[in-house]
Amino acid sequence: MESLSNRKKVLEQKPMSFMERIYLPSIFKGLAITFRHMFKKKETVFYPEQTRPVSENWRGMHSLKRDENGKERCTACGLCALACPAEAITMTAAERKKGEEHLYREEKYAAVYEVNMLRCIFCGLCEEACPKEAIYLDGPVVTADYLRKDFIYGKDKLVESPFKS
Amino acid sequence: MEVAFLIEKVVLVTVIFAISLGVAAYSTLAERKIAAFLQGRVGPHRAGWHGSLQPLADGGKMFFKEEIIPAESSAFLFILGPSLALLTACIGSAVIPWGQSIEVAGRVIELQVTDINVGILYIFGVVSLGVYGIMIGGWASNNKFSLMGAIRAASQNISYEIAMGLSLIALLMMSGTLSLKDIAAQQHGFWEGGYIWDGGYFTWNFFKQPLGFLLFIICAFAECNRTPFDLPESENELVAGYHTEYSGFKLGAYLFSEYINMFVSSAVMATLYWGGYNYPFMDLASSAFGPTLAAILGVVVLFMKIFFFIFFFMWIRWTIPRFRYDQLLHLGWKVLIPLAIANIVITGIVINIINYL
Repeated sequence: MESLSNRKKVLEQKPMSFMERIYLPSIFKGLAITFRHMFKKKETVFYPEQTRPVSENWRGMHSLKRDENGKERCTACGLCALACPAEAITMTAAERKKGEEHLYREEKYAAVYEVNMLRCIFCGLCEEACPKEAIYLDGPVVTADYLRKDFIYGKDKLVESPFKS
Repeated sequence: MEVAFLIEKVVLVTVIFAISLGVAAYSTLAERKIAAFLQGRVGPHRAGWHGSLQPLADGGKMFFKEEIIPAESSAFLFILGPSLALLTACIGSAVIPWGQSIEVAGRVIELQVTDINVGILYIFGVVSLGVYGIMIGGWASNNKFSLMGAIRAASQNISYEIAMGLSLIALLMMSGTLSLKDIAAQQHGFWEGGYIWDGGYFTWNFFKQPLGFLLFIICAFAECNRTPFDLPESENELVAGYHTEYSGFKLGAYLFSEYINMFVSSAVMATLYWGGYNYPFMDLASSAFGPTLAAILGVVVLFMKIFFFIFFFMWIRWTIPRFRYDQLLHLGWKVLIPLAIANIVITGIVINIINYL
């Protein structure tokens, strides 16, 4: 057929020569290549001890942030749960009592805040939805576990540890 | 039959059995390590020092897994398959001469379980029986993939046995004996008869039968069902071939028998073509350290050769892709068998010319 683009290449398949047909030279070439690979640098990352560097827009486990005074920023407005396309976030709001001002920034706070890590798709929409800059997906990889209930992460795992002062 | 003779043989059999199991166990680790090295990884290195306890962990896992016998399978044959595979793999090592005779407490001990004068025929018989384990297991599973794997194994082993036997005939024409002990003894030392212009020659059979060795090693790969001839268990076409339905210890027996087969066929190759326990300057060593120490050195040399061949098996496995089935049969019937016959003819002519001179 006439080539319209002029870029058509006709591949010629020559019959193999005798040296090619006995295969042994190419087998030895292959053996030499694999043998050379034995002495090359190993690419293995010894995972739990070493971790690979992650990119700046890496999204890992959620963390609930504190403000500069160490108070929890989350006000349990529920926008993150609303934004979540996978329905992974639930929370229960509670009112701040007297004497708890050093714990929570606003009058309303999340008494329970749970992320179901089996549902979460790590899209980062909760991060975008949050008006208080309280949730960020800047944690490590979420690890495997044995039971479904253990994948529901509560505040004990999510809230940032208090600042050391 | 005296008691000492009985004890000697029992000890020898036990030691060889233990060694072949140990080598097979550590071959699994070596395979994974070598695969890793060739692919730029480090391989198993958590269990023990650099993964040295990995075979124990694997074995333990195999023992404690659930044994499943499919309801549709034939239970007796299903158990018989792996047992037969393991049995035939283990008995092959009985005729291999592991070294020259050593002297312990004034008693000369041959380092060979039995020197039967049809040693090579025995090896062939055992190798042919080996396919029954695979065949029975694959058939008894009552699974199409298993049956396909078993059929492939059977036709492949039968095809390559012919080429293997024919490639050996040329060697037997030269040695004039079927006893492995005599064949090993004929390859004494490394170089015989002074300089090359005085008619000196290499004693090892490889230098007299390079083509025969090439044919033999190709057939050995096929008989052990190793890549590039691992069609019976080709995992991307047949799930796992003949051991698809197996689990637990029976699967372990199949995998283990493959490694024992590799060990035994490496030992046979080393004995037939690479001088067995012979090494250069062995007469010098014998006069320097005494015959017993020199014989033990010979055993070490034989094991070095065996380990090299096992390494070679693995090296090939991670280099060459698998054959297509028609290519495999083409290679077996249309290439290897004519080459083996040509090798016999050439060997016969050369032997006659040498005798005539």
